[in-house]
Amino acid sequence: MKNILTRNRHLTQRIGFILITLMAFATVIPIVAVVIYILAQGLPAISWEFLTGFPHDGMRAGGILPAIIGTIYLTIGTALFSVPLGIAAAIYLSEYASDTPLTRTIRIAIINLAGIPSVVYGLFGLGLFVLFLNFGTSILAASLTLSIMTLPVIISTAEEALRSVPQGFRTVSISLGATRWQTIRRIVLKEALPGILTGVILGLERAAGETAPILFTGAAFFLPRLPHSPFDATMALPYHLFVISTQVPEMPIQIQYGTALVLLVFVLSMNLIATVIRSRARAKRQW
Amino acid sequence: MEKSLNWREFVITRLIKASGYSAILFVALIFFFLIREGVPTFSEVDLSSLLGTRWYPIEEHFGILPLITGSIIITFGAALIAVPFGIGTAVYISEIAPRWMREILKPLVELLGGLPSVVLGFLGFLVLAPFLRVFLNLPTGLTALAGSILLGGIAVPTVVSVAEDALDAVPRAYREGAWALGATKWQTIWRVTLPAAKSGVLTAVMLGVGRAIGETMTVMMVTGNAPVLAIKLGSLFSPVRTMTATIAAEMGEVANGSVHYHVLFFIGMVLFIISLAVNIAASSVVFRAKKRAERILS
Repeated sequence: MKNILTRNRHLTQRIGFILITLMAFATVIPIVAVVIYILAQGLPAISWEFLTGFPHDGMRAGGILPAIIGTIYLTIGTALFSVPLGIAAAIYLSEYASDTPLTRTIRIAIINLAGIPSVVYGLFGLGLFVLFLNFGTSILAASLTLSIMTLPVIISTAEEALRSVPQGFRTVSISLGATRWQTIRRIVLKEALPGILTGVILGLERAAGETAPILFTGAAFFLPRLPHSPFDATMALPYHLFVISTQVPEMPIQIQYGTALVLLVFVLSMNLIATVIRSRARAKRQW
Repeated sequence: MEKSLNWREFVITRLIKASGYSAILFVALIFFFLIREGVPTFSEVDLSSLLGTRWYPIEEHFGILPLITGSIIITFGAALIAVPFGIGTAVYISEIAPRWMREILKPLVELLGGLPSVVLGFLGFLVLAPFLRVFLNLPTGLTALAGSILLGGIAVPTVVSVAEDALDAVPRAYREGAWALGATKWQTIWRVTLPAAKSGVLTAVMLGVGRAIGETMTVMMVTGNAPVLAIKLGSLFSPVRTMTATIAAEMGEVANGSVHYHVLFFIGMVLFIISLAVNIAASSVVFRAKKRAERILS
């Protein structure tokens, strides 16, 4: 008991703090290192031709345009389904639902959706969209699969944003004669918009970077042209990176790092936009 | 005007409610399709063969034990990394770091959560695995260890953010009480704050482990994918193959409706049930802790 009261404990504290600080830095520094390393290795590969050209010579030369366009299509396709559905579900949970067993079941379902392994989403997409609904290996099937996967992210962040709008805003609007939906649309949604947007972008960021869910639902190994319709398969950046780094022998290392860099920039710029929207909204907030 | 407004409200409210229920529908649909395609396994493959130690689908050997042990050993290794570093980082961010440092660290950890797993797998394949091979003098660097290290990194953001939330939720009065009694900050962290946030930290660990078990692309690229039984600790230094990687690698090549196809869906079913169990356990810990806190405070 006595040594707790001696100088010893200050020494313990100092050593402990140093250890914890080192641990935190050991966690964060590799993250920064990964980004810088890919930047440094990938930049020499980036050229106009690389970004706008088609791959040729068995993908060992040329550009990655079809993969970039494919990822953009998939991201837009995912947004088309998951954004309206996710925001509507968030509105339900924050504005309509009371604490009933049904609501709790919905919440458990959302938590579980968030935890399901991405490859299992791929199996599900294959079973339901590709085979059962007969969409084939297509952008449509892959987007639907990705959108169910991003749903929990969008729902939970949007709900949090909606809940952070003070109750008084709603009370005032309703007391002025607005209906419930008018209040939600013109007051609550408007105030919560930055938070919702942040969640949407973070969700789509995940979708853009995922490989496993599109492996058997929409990704093509190699396509000499851009997809024409939602029922076409497509190349995509993450899958392309996987293919050229593990499946194609004698792949020039430059192209591999270049592809990794483009994917990283694509995903991180979404991350950055989300962060900026969030911090600007926080700074502007008056309540 | 009045009438059309009511009608619109009615439709919109219905749509919003339907969307709210959709999450339940999707979980049910996922489970249904996994069962639909996975359950035929039981009539096509003997249970003894299914629980065998040999995964060699070309010769109809569908022993999933090596895959399960592969997933377990990698997840175990990942937890050994993610738990101390994740909790350590969370403690640093929420209890020790000055404000400006927190503002830098939090986005960086979130950034790690946003890195596509295929990019980490790519670097693991090109940089980490060769390094491990030379450094540890192994025949190949594509080992369970490489998978564990990367998966640890992937699980860290989950652990950090959930654990940090839990630490933040500990009332300030707890800490002030401890300081007033003469405890140092360090003693307060270990004996007051962390114990008070225990259930949240436990949830963080469970969710991190859940994240690691389900990760696919990274492990597929760096673990060498050899379906051998991994039950010794030494297996960390040899190639293994996980359940997720098996599905991802083989599903593209099987004929729809074949035995192999059904077995892969069966593995998906196992993964689904594991993630369901982890998540329900994690949320019930939080729920119980909330109940207890309410009882104490009321």
